[in-house]
Amino acid sequence: MRPAFLGFRVALSFLFLGCSLAFSLLGLGLTAPAHAQSGPAIAAAADLQFVLGEISFEGLLLASLVANLPFAIQPMQRGFEAIPIEVRRAAACSGLAPWRVLWKIDLPLAWPGIVTGLVLAFAHTLGEFGVVLMVGGSIPGETRTIAIAIYDRVQAFDNRGAAVMSATLLALSLLALGITYMLSNRVGRRHA
Amino acid sequence: MLEGSGLSVQLRQAGPIPLAVEFDCGEGEMLALIGPSGAGKTTILRTIAGLYRPQLGHIQCGQEVWLDTATSVDLPPYRRRAGMVFQSYALFPHMTALANVTAALGHRPPRERKARARKLLRLVNIEGLEERKPAALSGGQQQRVAVARALARDPAVLLLDEPFSAVDRHQRRRLQRELQDLRTQLKIPILLVTHDLDEAAALADRLCVIDRGETLQTGRAADLLAAPANDRVRNALDLSGESS
Repeated sequence: MRPAFLGFRVALSFLFLGCSLAFSLLGLGLTAPAHAQSGPAIAAAADLQFVLGEISFEGLLLASLVANLPFAIQPMQRGFEAIPIEVRRAAACSGLAPWRVLWKIDLPLAWPGIVTGLVLAFAHTLGEFGVVLMVGGSIPGETRTIAIAIYDRVQAFDNRGAAVMSATLLALSLLALGITYMLSNRVGRRHA
Repeated sequence: MLEGSGLSVQLRQAGPIPLAVEFDCGEGEMLALIGPSGAGKTTILRTIAGLYRPQLGHIQCGQEVWLDTATSVDLPPYRRRAGMVFQSYALFPHMTALANVTAALGHRPPRERKARARKLLRLVNIEGLEERKPAALSGGQQQRVAVARALARDPAVLLLDEPFSAVDRHQRRRLQRELQDLRTQLKIPILLVTHDLDEAAALADRLCVIDRGETLQTGRAADLLAAPANDRVRNALDLSGESS
């Protein structure tokens, strides 16, 4: 196996770690610097705490990114892999520099995978629970997601409110997935 | 061959694909690289296009050196003026026939590109199909678009990798006639990769016999058939059963 290829695989493994980690562990890992008292990592920890905060929108954003990136990367990767190598070679032989091959050939052909990745990540983030609970702090109007709000409603015995929110979440997810399939089909028809 | 005209190729490599190649192709000449499947013909074509880098080699087209491993010269494919027709045609599936050809006209001013692309499609007898995507074209039509795209960048050499292998016999004869007509308008070296001796003899000025990455003999078809250099040439051309 070529070193560059091995490196790519290792990088992907780390990337997908975010997906396989229990989200509470992820949240704990990202907020741990805030609790660090001493040791060589304290400066870095202080910097990280500045970015994350213990309870902040920025912290939640970074944690969500780590947790949800694999959902976006996987379909995008498949989209790029599906492009026949001969088509890329033909583009180079047609005088297209690498950046123009990316812009005129790779991106349009991988577009269904790119859109699917973005919408899946969006839909998954909508229902985010563990990461928000550990990092976001569920601040109303700032870091509270629908999933946390549903949990809070159930805790307060407001089952009707929880049901309305669940239905909203379901509708939003369906809409997101519907857009994905619609865009994928449209691009599919463009190639036919 | 006079230095500075046509294409000159020398390649050497022990592995993973062994290469011991040496040939020239003059302006307006068609040279057929002929040999059995797996002989390395396509690798040679890809090396000329810049898609494969051998351990040792020198490729010169006209006054331009495209590859010289001794002086670490290795132009990327997009800077070599080599028009290539792939065996699978490799058309851009999301673009129309016209857009496929226009994509290879990046070196021309934008206002000229459409007109030039239409002219090239007329040259290869694709009229009225400019707005079709490759999936809506027949094998023969795709081949013609691929040839037009290869010519679009005003190449200094035309590389044809088994261009008639994906069409039926009737289409093949028609496309071969069209290629012969096209040749009269092109004053550049043309390399045709094929494993079909009849096709090579009918279309090319000279044949270059290749086996296991090695050029065995180069010459006119009649001369090669009359006097193959050795048994390897005879086997590569599948002449073993015929009297010489």
